Amino acid sequence: MPLLPLAGFVVLLFAGRRLGDPLAGWIATAAVAGSFVVACFVLGGVLSQPETHRVFVHNYFTWFQVGTLRVPVGILVDPLSITMCMFITGVSALIHLYSVGYMKGDPDYPKFFLYLNLFVFSMLLLVLANNLLLTFVGWEGVGVCSYWLVSYWFYRDSAASAGKKAFIYNRIGDAGFLLAMFLIFEKTHTLVYEGGPGGGIFGQLGHLGGGTATAAVLLLFVAATGKSAQIPLFNWLPDAMEGPTPVSALIHAATMVTAGVYLLCRMNHLLALSHAGTEVIAIIGGITAFVAATIACAQQDIKKVLAFSTVSQIGYMILAVGSGAYIAAVFLMVAHAFFKGLLFLGAGSVIHGLDDEQDLKRMGALRKTMKWTTVTFSVGWLAIAGIPPLAGFWSKGDVLDNVYAHYKLLWALGLFTAILTAYYMTRLEVLTFGGDPRWDKVGPHGEPAHHAPHESPWIMRLPLVVLAVLSFFAGLLDLPWIHHDSFAGWLAPVFGTSLFNDRLHTGSQWALALTDTAAAIIGLIIGYGLWKGTRVDKPELEPQFLQRVWYWDDFYDTVIGRPSQRLATFFAWVVDARIIDGAVNGAATLVRSTGSAARKLQTGYVRNYALGIALGLAALIVFLLSRTWWS
Amino acid sequence: MSLSAGWYLGLAALVFAIGAVGLLVRRNVLIMFMCIELMLNAANLTFVTFARVLNDIGGQALVFFVLVVAAAEVVVGLGIVVTNFRRRSTTVSDDLHSLKG
Repeated sequence: MPLLPLAGFVVLLFAGRRLGDPLAGWIATAAVAGSFVVACFVLGGVLSQPETHRVFVHNYFTWFQVGTLRVPVGILVDPLSITMCMFITGVSALIHLYSVGYMKGDPDYPKFFLYLNLFVFSMLLLVLANNLLLTFVGWEGVGVCSYWLVSYWFYRDSAASAGKKAFIYNRIGDAGFLLAMFLIFEKTHTLVYEGGPGGGIFGQLGHLGGGTATAAVLLLFVAATGKSAQIPLFNWLPDAMEGPTPVSALIHAATMVTAGVYLLCRMNHLLALSHAGTEVIAIIGGITAFVAATIACAQQDIKKVLAFSTVSQIGYMILAVGSGAYIAAVFLMVAHAFFKGLLFLGAGSVIHGLDDEQDLKRMGALRKTMKWTTVTFSVGWLAIAGIPPLAGFWSKGDVLDNVYAHYKLLWALGLFTAILTAYYMTRLEVLTFGGDPRWDKVGPHGEPAHHAPHESPWIMRLPLVVLAVLSFFAGLLDLPWIHHDSFAGWLAPVFGTSLFNDRLHTGSQWALALTDTAAAIIGLIIGYGLWKGTRVDKPELEPQFLQRVWYWDDFYDTVIGRPSQRLATFFAWVVDARIIDGAVNGAATLVRSTGSAARKLQTGYVRNYALGIALGLAALIVFLLSRTWWS
Repeated sequence: MSLSAGWYLGLAALVFAIGAVGLLVRRNVLIMFMCIELMLNAANLTFVTFARVLNDIGGQALVFFVLVVAAAEVVVGLGIVVTNFRRRSTTVSDDLHSLKG
């Protein structure tokens, strides 16, 4: 299954330029769609097995063996990984298809699809790997592809630096991953998840003490914060908007950011050992969800709003993981893949239609010219806001129910975040599609007015429609009253005992569902009430504090950036120039002065040399004679 | 009548000293060459003397080598001196110090 995108990558690598536009795109799309078909077959195969026999481990060959460390290249197919594969390949295939239209006419067209295919391959490797190290390979592959794709328009300074930022933030997380791997290997002497001699990591968990387990969990969480953009490493994700919009959709919806959540879900047996660790995870997740939602309320750029919305939604997932509600986390992940993919592709369609305009304040009234986009985007909007019966309502409700059962305070925070979510999404919707047109006016900084927006070609509309349908109906995967026969029952064997299974009774479930709906509707009403008018510059609703991302970047700049720059300057001009260069130059000076002292001996007069020889001879004789006499 | 070995050695030492002092004090390259020859032959005399005293043919054999080397050295040395004289019209060693460091 992962081999198909790899094959697509190889083909494009060698023949991409010759295939050109649009054949290269079609090949890439076919490769990913093919792996989606394969994933469907695998899913069918797994489904035909009885519930207890749904885990398959297949080792292809040994990658390397050092001492007791044997790293196989093998895959692990279980309900969790196959679920991930289904939506990764499915959504990615749609995004590929969309890109065929979106990237039309780009000079580096084949290169774009080459990266996309490699990206999907890395992600599938990450998900299907049966050991931590192979997962790490996919993890890094995703990281490097995101770097390439974010800085795809590398001739823009901002894109290049955004790519670097994404990469560096990810590297911080990777360090956590590596340390966690070392720690786990040190205690369990294996990196395989399960199966094989000794039962893999999960069979050896008894060797981990409480403290070690907490340390390993927290290190893994550091890795997850990097990849899944949680506090304190979330800043890279909004900057990653510099990439082409399909890339944003791919990174945000289907692949990269879910990697961290997947990792934590995969290691659920380990997480179950450390209560302190999961508490930290839940708290960070809740705070991230809240902070990112507040920031999203004040952003001007359509993609930035969606980016912070992603951070916020991933925060929900992490919160669910921290509450032990892995199924809810995966459920939200799937639903989020659909509606966030939809929202990003819709935003891409808007940007495309308006000739690369991304400023919300320069849109408006697009409902009249872009009907398809409006309808599908609205489905995404209602889904993420949590309006029943769309996917977002069920999945977010599931998360909040579980959180309510464990952390009342975080639940309140989550509920407030839900109001904010509905609010900022409504603001986005109203500013983009509602109201009066603003794109025909001159921009605030003197940008020229745009032409009338046009609807996107069918190749971009088709994925929108498919994703809209999916966003609408994804809730059916896991309706509360059929919990045990559907999604939850399907995933439950993976999580087994580590799942907190205290379900709320029906009454409080109804109450919570009503609360969620009320929260969503309140947010919707506030958002509509505040933004429906013709006046769109409302600085009182968009405080600098939120626009500048809680001054988070400035904080890093002051605390880490500037001091390290000063340190670097110090090393460059003092340590390097004085001490290191001083030592090198000093050695040279010493040699030179010795030389110039010694050259005086070379007078050029033969008599001096002869005298030297004679004196030396005399000294030698005296020496020899004295030895003879004294001995 | 045969003289004792001491006389030969004494003569050799005297000749060597004359050669060494001459090499140090004279400035004419030709004279310096002659002084070197004196020193070489003093050494030869010592070799022969000890060959006789110790009854060892090795000393006399070595003298032949020294003679051959000395002859070759004189050829080369005189060649240099002649060339140098043609170029600079001098045989005074102190004028030849262009290899000063």
